[in-house]
Amino acid sequence: MKGYAERLKCGIITENPTFVQMLGMCPTMAVTTSAINGIGMGLTTTVILVLSNMMISALRKVIPDKVRIPAYIVVVASFVTIVQFLLEGFVPSLYDSLGIYIPLIVVNCIILGRAESYASKNNVWLSMFDGIGMGLGFTIGLTSIGIFRELLGNGSIFGAHIMPESYQPISILILAPGAFFVLAFLIAVQNKVRISKAKRAGEAISICEREDGCASCTNTLCGGKAFTVEGVMGTKDKLDKKLTIKDVIDKENMESKNDGNNKDAKNKDDVNKDTDKKDKEV
Amino acid sequence: MNLFLIAVGAALVNNVVLSQFLGLCPFIGVSKKVDTAAGMGGAVIFVITIASAITNLIYTFVLEKLDITYLQTIVFILVIAALVQFVEMFLKKMVPSLYRALGVYLPLITTNCAVLGVALLNVQKSYGFVSAVVNGFGTAVGFTVAIVIMAGIREKIEYNDIPESFKGTPIVLLTAGLMAMAFFGFSGLIK
Repeated sequence: MKGYAERLKCGIITENPTFVQMLGMCPTMAVTTSAINGIGMGLTTTVILVLSNMMISALRKVIPDKVRIPAYIVVVASFVTIVQFLLEGFVPSLYDSLGIYIPLIVVNCIILGRAESYASKNNVWLSMFDGIGMGLGFTIGLTSIGIFRELLGNGSIFGAHIMPESYQPISILILAPGAFFVLAFLIAVQNKVRISKAKRAGEAISICEREDGCASCTNTLCGGKAFTVEGVMGTKDKLDKKLTIKDVIDKENMESKNDGNNKDAKNKDDVNKDTDKKDKEV
Repeated sequence: MNLFLIAVGAALVNNVVLSQFLGLCPFIGVSKKVDTAAGMGGAVIFVITIASAITNLIYTFVLEKLDITYLQTIVFILVIAALVQFVEMFLKKMVPSLYRALGVYLPLITTNCAVLGVALLNVQKSYGFVSAVVNGFGTAVGFTVAIVIMAGIREKIEYNDIPESFKGTPIVLLTAGLMAMAFFGFSGLIK
């Protein structure tokens, strides 16, 4: 019982996908124009996450290791298709306002990340609670960003006007640039907390400590975080140990500038690195 | 003329990154240097254009023929993943020079939501083959324009004095927000 409660707490608070892990940023920015959209997207993702976590966990001994990512994608895509139909049938207004971002849940980092890092290693019930926790964490993140943007950008919450008549809505906040601004400040606040924590503890911050989430999903903002820490703390040595793909790219760029002579050797290296990387990813 | 409008609309007015938030992750991750950004942009143009062509053909000649269009999400994502692998192998074998230029970026694109997004948008707007390819190409050009401009700005930002907690991703996002505002200017191009 303790394990289940811990999974919930982990997903909602300590490893909140939106505020702590910064996963699934594309849907976060795209659909949080209003609180209702945020909650709709969050709950849709939760349902898919729970179902796919359970399914993948149940199949974890059947799926061969080499083809696990394609297998996960097929599982997730099937559930997304089912949920998409349910939404279209029963909640058409939400279906219209979320639009293309519903099928794009397939490529949401959170889902594949949890499948890879948790569901493939734990039993069905634990995975289910992990899915619920992470999903609710994501829902809370999206809803609160949605409330913030809707309140300032439109003067309302869940469609009900609550700001006084004299309030001039900052309509840029519910347009595309607003999403960037809100997220920028969110990450800045997070950095602030992290920096002051690290200073108090008197140690350098390690980036992406957890292997789950970031490492299992190549396209997260983790790369961005790595840059942050590099800039703030100057812990370049630490970075080398956990190379993200972006670091590899930057390194290769540096190399290609440095040695124009050993081109052939370098190209071989490139190919090797590529295959290495692919192994990691697939 | 219609095709031209589709291309301009996809590239500038409805820019994938700045107004639709697709492909945001590579946009932030790989925009540190102009060279890298241009390489990524090239790879994205290459893959999205081919992917829109292939997914369009599959949709028209397989999914619609068999009346299983509801499988589009599953089919598209698998086709795109396979396609990227295939393109990579093909380039490695046949056009090594292009492979050397784009190779590193290709695996990164598999999970790029912009590719799947364009394929799905093509279906949603029921574009024909040519329009779909043009739309894909335009979208990818839009991505490239955005990421190259961003890389150029970031190279300059390096020398600026930014508050500690805004270094890294936050300042990039703020810049992207300002760019998104600037791109609003294009919305007058198409009525």
